[in-house]
Amino acid sequence: MGLKQNLHNFKEKNKDKKWLPGFNALFTFLYTPNETTHNGTHIKAVDDLKRTMNTVIIALVPCLIFGMFNAGYQHYLAQGLIDSADGFLGASFWTIDNLVVGLWKVLPLVVVSYGVGLAVEFVFAIIKGHEVEEGYLVTGMLVPLIVPIDIPLWMLAVAVIFGVVIGKEVFGGTGMNILNPALTIRAFLFFAYPTWMSGDKVWVHGAVERDQAIAAGENLDAISGETLLGYYAKSGQELTVAGTDTVTTYGDRASELYSYADMFWGIIPGSVGETSKFLIIIGALFLIFTKIGSWRIMLSTVVGALVMGLIFNGVVDAGWIGESSKFYGLMSVPFWQHLIIGSILFGAVYMATDPVTASQTNKGKWIYGFLIGFISIMIRVFNPAYPEGVFLAILLMNVFAPTIDHYVVQGNVKKRMKRLKAKVA
Amino acid sequence: MAKDSRLILDPLTDNNPITIQVLGICSALAITAELEASIVMSVSVLFVMGVGNVVISLMRNIIPSKIRIIAQLIVVATLVIIVDLVLKAFAYELSKTLSVFVGLIITNCIIMGRFEAFALGNGPWRSFLDGIGNALGYGIILIIVGFFRELLGSGTLLGIPVLGDPIEKTGLYALGYENNGFMLLSPMALIVVGIIIWVQRSRNKDLIED
Repeated sequence: MGLKQNLHNFKEKNKDKKWLPGFNALFTFLYTPNETTHNGTHIKAVDDLKRTMNTVIIALVPCLIFGMFNAGYQHYLAQGLIDSADGFLGASFWTIDNLVVGLWKVLPLVVVSYGVGLAVEFVFAIIKGHEVEEGYLVTGMLVPLIVPIDIPLWMLAVAVIFGVVIGKEVFGGTGMNILNPALTIRAFLFFAYPTWMSGDKVWVHGAVERDQAIAAGENLDAISGETLLGYYAKSGQELTVAGTDTVTTYGDRASELYSYADMFWGIIPGSVGETSKFLIIIGALFLIFTKIGSWRIMLSTVVGALVMGLIFNGVVDAGWIGESSKFYGLMSVPFWQHLIIGSILFGAVYMATDPVTASQTNKGKWIYGFLIGFISIMIRVFNPAYPEGVFLAILLMNVFAPTIDHYVVQGNVKKRMKRLKAKVA
Repeated sequence: MAKDSRLILDPLTDNNPITIQVLGICSALAITAELEASIVMSVSVLFVMGVGNVVISLMRNIIPSKIRIIAQLIVVATLVIIVDLVLKAFAYELSKTLSVFVGLIITNCIIMGRFEAFALGNGPWRSFLDGIGNALGYGIILIIVGFFRELLGSGTLLGIPVLGDPIEKTGLYALGYENNGFMLLSPMALIVVGIIIWVQRSRNKDLIED
């Protein structure tokens, strides 16, 4: 007897146990269950929910691995222990030392995210007596990628419980949620613990600890963990480079530290997995090729972001806004550069395309994606204190997605009615 | 009458004005960031509803039905002004925190609702009990929400630190605990009220409507 038969017999024996959904959830990772449907004709397809989810996870793995290396690299670079890696294949980037720091900091995030999230899913499945739903598989992978590296683990655990229960289970579980659970978790963290989700420390491992050491009286240089968005938001302000007497501006310092290539390859501080635009594009192509992600949403989000960026550039070019304005820094960023700073691409590829919370109609997807990109850049520019708006924009459009679909469908109905009338007449 | 006790007890549980009738949500969201404000608000509403219901009940036969809303408004407004002035005189700091929300008791749907639904058709004693019952039902939810929001949001209860000092890092804060800023924002009050509704309905399945 094979393993499958053994497991199947085990399942038959424990048919009426309360914990059986938990066993089923793990069982179906390995095998297709033996049950067949009892009514109606069904189309047999292998890409069920679990396979769909796994495909997205495969697309996310490169981002996760890159995130680990980047975590270590940023950590050592900020301390001045290694030289800056020139480009994606730089000698000081893909090192074991970097990976060790990355594993040490990122793996706990993954473990907490999956452990807590799946525990909540299992508890709800057992209470409600249904099968464990696979919805958390992707969420659990996304969550570690969209938080700062130094976020305390208990905060992540609290946020995951909140996000899964309030963001998903209260609406009826996977497939019924209005808001993207991963972004609900991020939004919770953002509003509950803003000091850990923004500012110029949390994005590089060690910066917070270094700050505490300095506060305790040790004679050390502060580490800057500022993201590029942070630099650009303050671009006109003066800055004294740590450890030297050089005075420059945030804008100049940013271009001194990071080249466009760095931004594209992702060798910049940021949330764990969203920095490498190159790997996100690879992931996007994979998702489009496997027909899991909607290319319409991805494309229209990018277009929306570019349009908003162009509008802001136009405002700057027309001289309607002075350099002293606090919005000037991010407004004057070239429109295309908005795509390689911040997490707009990550949001567009992995978050906005969530099939449950996005628009369902093709025309709706164009509108939905366009507005996500448009609003993301708007929030980014007009909210310089917390300069990232992608997750807020996606959550907002999640709420509007059903409305968009409704009007698209109604529009279609009207068009067909007209055609029908024309035919009759 | 045995039914009199139900007038007080029902609004506390299965006919709660906030969690079942979903009235008075606005003030429940706005002022529950601190427990003290919740308590003062509850007491104010208790006074306004108790007295207001009796007054309306006494006048129920002489109020022309066409202008009854205006008559009710005058009664509530008078009582609310009394509350407001008392607070200003004896608890000035608190009245500043509550600011417009004391004035907005006038528009609290629960009060107008009880005047319309109960006091206009019942005697003064029963109206008094009904007013007290509904105000207590309102107050108990306010106090539960205020308790959790102040405890988790600021780490204090009635202004007294109970979880340690966040700046000196004592108590829980020494372990790395931090206050949840989201708790102080109004959306979280809505979610806490939602969780209360959830718990209540899963304990009593009769309350679930289709």
